[in-house]
Amino acid sequence: MIKFTNVFKAFPKGGLALKDVSFHVAKGEFAFLTGHSGAGKSTVMKLIYAEERPTSGDVRVSGYDVNEMRPRDVPLLRRKLGIVFQDFRLLEDRTAEENVAFALEVTGARSSTIAARVMRVLTQVGLAAKAQAYPRELSGGEQQRVAIARALVNEPTVLLADEPTGNLDERATRGVFQLLRDINASGTAVVMATHDLDLVRQAPYRVIELQEGALVYDSAVDEARDQAAAP
Amino acid sequence: MNLTFREAMLTFKRAPLLSVLSVTTIAFSLFVLGLFGLVVINLQDALHGVEERVEVVAYLLPGAPIEATAQALKDIEAFPEVQSATYVSEDDALARARAELVELRDVMQELERNPLPASVEVKLKPGFRDTDHVAAVAERLRGFGFVDDVRFGRDWVEKLDRLRGLAAAVGIVVGAAFAVVAIIIIGTTIRMAVLQRSREIAIMRLVGATDGFIRRPFLLQGAIKGLLGGMVAIGLSFAAYLLINRYLLQSAFFNQEQAAAIVAFGALIGLVGSAMSVGRHLKRV
Ligand SMILES: Nc1ncnc2c1ncn2[C@@H]1O[C@H](COP(=O)(O)OP(=O)(O)OP(=O)(O)O)[C@@H](O)[C@H]1O
Ligand SMILES: [Mg+2]
Repeated sequence: MIKFTNVFKAFPKGGLALKDVSFHVAKGEFAFLTGHSGAGKSTVMKLIYAEERPTSGDVRVSGYDVNEMRPRDVPLLRRKLGIVFQDFRLLEDRTAEENVAFALEVTGARSSTIAARVMRVLTQVGLAAKAQAYPRELSGGEQQRVAIARALVNEPTVLLADEPTGNLDERATRGVFQLLRDINASGTAVVMATHDLDLVRQAPYRVIELQEGALVYDSAVDEARDQAAAP
Repeated sequence: MNLTFREAMLTFKRAPLLSVLSVTTIAFSLFVLGLFGLVVINLQDALHGVEERVEVVAYLLPGAPIEATAQALKDIEAFPEVQSATYVSEDDALARARAELVELRDVMQELERNPLPASVEVKLKPGFRDTDHVAAVAERLRGFGFVDDVRFGRDWVEKLDRLRGLAAAVGIVVGAAFAVVAIIIIGTTIRMAVLQRSREIAIMRLVGATDGFIRRPFLLQGAIKGLLGGMVAIGLSFAAYLLINRYLLQSAFFNQEQAAAIVAFGALIGLVGSAMSVGRHLKRV
């Protein structure tokens, strides 16, 4: 599904953001991406949705080779992904419903099916009642739910969430996190970058930790090794 | 298409001020172009008026047989360059001279014999009223046995040639310069519209919109702005034309095709201007 092999990423002005990172996220898995600020979490995300290309090494996502892919294939890859950010990235002058519909229209979905699909995901994130509200009329948690609905409406195989709870209070954080867990339970893989360690401890999910661009801990690998090392 | 149209229209709703500004700048740059166009078409009209008078006159030898002349007239009219050939008899020539040269009427009256030769006056079709064609026709007329002499204003036709060449060159250069300025201005206003929506463009890309999909509403929007600007420019030019006719001089306005061409040109540069700005933006991000 998502496979990094010896990935290095250098930014022209930034030095090495990723150093020899390798991991594999399987279909339907939930993986946390943790690490301090500047560790390279967002960079990993950008490589997954082909916003950036690796300097060296291999990034494969959903059958695409991010290194080699043609620019015109990038939109096709992104339609298989749902992407959510800390700052929601909603269009201020469109209602919740329109923001979600936008993601479908952009992919050329048949207009007769759009309304029903939009209502379905808005119901799924618990915001059907606020379909007509504009982002400024919604709380942060509600705005993030709209963003998640938008990410889901194309039925992605992977949901990428870069610090989705970074701007939310504790209650809203729990709500959004539960929503992501539900989405994962219905079969969508989720990769969630966060530095909220409470959240990470709450759930029995895969943890990948970065430190200054290097992968220093991967629960899938390290736990297996620890078990093998135990008696 | 429906969606493209809706998105393009949304721009006008969301950024009415910027849209009005774009249309206005397009209108004014096309208006300047339009004024220049008016000068050009009026100059052309004037040139045509002068060209109309280009003619070749073949003076006939005295006693040229009528039948042969009539046949020659038919032959001459069949030349590809010739619009009309008119026979002017000796008597006609005298009558004309009397009418035109009033001061000499008395002298003419006393003449025993008509000293004026008969002639054939040849007018050329538009497009053949230049030195080379005029000279070629004159040469062929000399070939007729009963033609004594052939006259045309060589200097004059040559001057006309040069004037035409100059007008065309100035027209192309100045027209192109105005068009380039108009495209740059339109490109800039569309660029502002693109920057204003750069967040939206980023989000569109994130959810998997192709560049073509992102580009289309901008192209349409640019074309519509150009179209509106073109129409306003025609309106302004018409107002200017009315004022000029009222206070300065009688002049001509664009015909329907020319007006439509200006509006279409507005739409085209709107399209080109937005294609350039959006293309640059999409490539950079
Ligand atoms: N476009 C860029 N140009 C130059 N350097 C960059 C760029 N993007 C990221 N970096 C650098 O790469 C490193 C990793 O950044 P990244 O955004 O991936 O960190 P992060 O783990 O997401 O941090 P945070 O938790 O603060 O979001 C940082 O040192 C950053 O300065
Ligand atoms: Mg980050």
